[in-house]
Amino acid sequence: MDTHQSDEQKFRYQGLGRDLQKNLLTAWYDRIEGAADAGRKVAYLFVPGNIAEFLRVFDFELVFPEVNALQCGVRKTSGDLILKAEDVGYSPDVCGYVKNDIGMMLAGNVGPSGHKLPKPDLLLCAYCGCTTFIKWFEALSHFYDVPLVMLDVPYMRSGKIEETDRKYIVSQLKELIPICEKITGKKFDHDKLTEIIKHSTEAEELWVDILHSAKHRPSPFDSYFEAVFFMAPIYVLRGLPECTGYYREAMKEITERIEHGVGPIPEEKVRVVIEGPPPWPHFRAFWEMLKKWGVCAVASSYSKVGGFWDHGFRHDPSRPLESIAEYCLTCYTNLSLPMRTELLRSYAEEYSADAILIHSVKSCRSFSVGQADMRDQFTRIWDIPTLLIESDLADPRYFQAAQLRNRIDAFFESLEHKRLVRA
Amino acid sequence: MTLEQRLEEYQAVIDDLTFPTVKKWKSTHPEGKVVGMFPVYTPYELPHAAGMLPVGLYGAGGKVDIDHADSRIQSFVCSIARSTLELGLRDLTKDFDALWFTSICDVARNLSGVWETNFPRQAVRYIHYPQNMTSPAALEHYRTELKQLVLMLEEIGGAHVTDDRLRRSIAAYNEQRRLCGELYKIKEQYPWLLSTWEAYVILRIGTLIPLEEHVEILKAAIPEVRARKRPPRDYVRVLLEGSFCEQPPLELIKVLEESGCAIADDDLLMHTRWFTEDVPTGGDPFLSLAEAYINKARYSSVRHYGPRPRKEEFLKKIKDQKVDGVIFAAPKFCEPALLDYVLFKDELEKAGIAYLGFEYEEKMGVFESIRTQAETFVESVMFFS
Ligand code: SF4
Ligand code: SF4
Repeated sequence: MDTHQSDEQKFRYQGLGRDLQKNLLTAWYDRIEGAADAGRKVAYLFVPGNIAEFLRVFDFELVFPEVNALQCGVRKTSGDLILKAEDVGYSPDVCGYVKNDIGMMLAGNVGPSGHKLPKPDLLLCAYCGCTTFIKWFEALSHFYDVPLVMLDVPYMRSGKIEETDRKYIVSQLKELIPICEKITGKKFDHDKLTEIIKHSTEAEELWVDILHSAKHRPSPFDSYFEAVFFMAPIYVLRGLPECTGYYREAMKEITERIEHGVGPIPEEKVRVVIEGPPPWPHFRAFWEMLKKWGVCAVASSYSKVGGFWDHGFRHDPSRPLESIAEYCLTCYTNLSLPMRTELLRSYAEEYSADAILIHSVKSCRSFSVGQADMRDQFTRIWDIPTLLIESDLADPRYFQAAQLRNRIDAFFESLEHKRLVRA
Repeated sequence: MTLEQRLEEYQAVIDDLTFPTVKKWKSTHPEGKVVGMFPVYTPYELPHAAGMLPVGLYGAGGKVDIDHADSRIQSFVCSIARSTLELGLRDLTKDFDALWFTSICDVARNLSGVWETNFPRQAVRYIHYPQNMTSPAALEHYRTELKQLVLMLEEIGGAHVTDDRLRRSIAAYNEQRRLCGELYKIKEQYPWLLSTWEAYVILRIGTLIPLEEHVEILKAAIPEVRARKRPPRDYVRVLLEGSFCEQPPLELIKVLEESGCAIADDDLLMHTRWFTEDVPTGGDPFLSLAEAYINKARYSSVRHYGPRPRKEEFLKKIKDQKVDGVIFAAPKFCEPALLDYVLFKDELEKAGIAYLGFEYEEKMGVFESIRTQAETFVESVMFFS
């Protein structure tokens, strides 16, 4: 028997996660563009605290303005769109995502992939931690002249789920039923919700397996630079059978990498936990700066903004509304600063990371305020080497490549040096 | 002492970053507890009912260099958050037993977390205000939140807050708000009798002293202001919008007034005029406070509006106050103010109302550019009307 398999035989599933994800998202944007023709209503909502399962009962097509904004960033169109928003009076200092989205709307609402995006029939603002969400949707309500429907998700201010918060969200979901029924003309169907949630739960299990795979050495998966692609279906297509199907396929790619001991970079030298959203317009450049040092992100907080499942939470078909409420409460954006700090610390331990890297986004104060304090705690209390660098998630003007490279090089050089000394 | 002399005295207290009034109160109330209240609106009634001293935390007004807070909160954040933390890190807030932050913005929210980690001796609470104003469940949720706040106060040594005690505190704050409103009414009707910076000082001292003392100050000041013999002047009547949290340097207000603006209404120190009517003093006092927040609060960029958009309230205020224009003065980096600015200005452009917009910081030292802008604005409004 020939034991020397060719690479082609060895690696049958590589690239699957990326390619399938791309196809699914294109099909999703096609559906959004064709919503009116298909007689479907359109709901705008945020990724954190997205109650996709609930809205799917009414067959809404879902539009996520943040996803549009991030895709504009990746396609490098965000800079011009931000300037468009600044032309109508937005300050250079406010959230780049908001400006990107409003700039896009002002430019005719053609999405990042060239699809014409419809107006919202339902503007659902789940206030899931970030207060800018409210201001953002208040602005969309103003420009589209569509009423804003609020889902008030209390912040995790006591460090745990409070019964009163869960009850409050469940009551609001019940109040939302007649609103959705009126917009869509479709009746709420409890059994349908249960079925949808079953799909979600299954996808969540698979997604968590992928996230946990990063505990291997070398990690088969980059929990930041790759996770941002792999996580898209569970954020925007959750509850649909194709979402679950996606994770089954993606898992094959990961399993194959584990079998052959390969990962996202040729040689894993440093394992890091990354905090904060990526600089989308310079995503590749940023990754390259880290790859150079053999850095693999084994865990990240950004891959938890649309749901935090890796410590046990799942949507629960036997408690649909309650579990939706818990889902909203536990998204990363809704965790208190001490909870975030503790989570990152625990990731460093669980995933045997060598360092923590904080990418601080200037125009996203929801993430960035307090990150300097986090760094202080990581280094002072827990002795975890931590690098904090600043740029932006959407505004290309804030990405100072040379400066960032210097900081990154200096940090990993000293980390390497320390290791040599210890060895 | 004349009112002018008293204003100077209050000003000195406001500028003193060592919180002398807190020290004085603690010396006469050795067991007493002090609660720091971060803006915009914070339920002062609760610590008052627990026999505590609620004290407004309004940053450092540019009087302190940010040396220590820099390592905790980066530079692209409003001054009030950084300078308040700086006061803490310089040990100037050590007399505070608890601090309350509220769900006004992401910065205040995270500052509460930073405070919690850096000052474990102080009890920190982040208050969630309802944002879903149309949900019947919001009322009960916020009522529970208020009850939990009271439990926290009791835990740190406050008196047991009975319904009666809380009702009495509500009545006392109703009176204070009525008097503040009365003072503002004078400013609105006879701007030459009371300038905005004077009104500001009279209100601001109230955030640093016991309520009862402030009520006396207001009661004494109001008739004195009315009796002032100052000749009417020609002004352009403006609305000042955007300064609801971090307070602008007093110099900036003076510059606007010197340039010929009469500030008919503003959102400075908003908690002193937060409710549009009295909070009921009968029935369940927690429910009354909760209900008032949801249904009887003035519009604000940090409180979601529910079925009646904020811009409608804003336009109504412009009409009611018969102002000639609007001045948006927002703290640099303040997302709620800067994001609303665009929507408000859009409405003004549609309605053909003049406006001027600029940003400020606590540490701002030069006001000449603002003076020029304000003078040009005043001239253009006078010319066009
Ligand atoms: S502030 Fe940050 S979390 Fe909030 S909307 Fe903007 S990018 Fe998103
Ligand atoms: S000034 Fe604005 S951004 Fe700063 S704490 Fe106040 S509301 Fe928040």
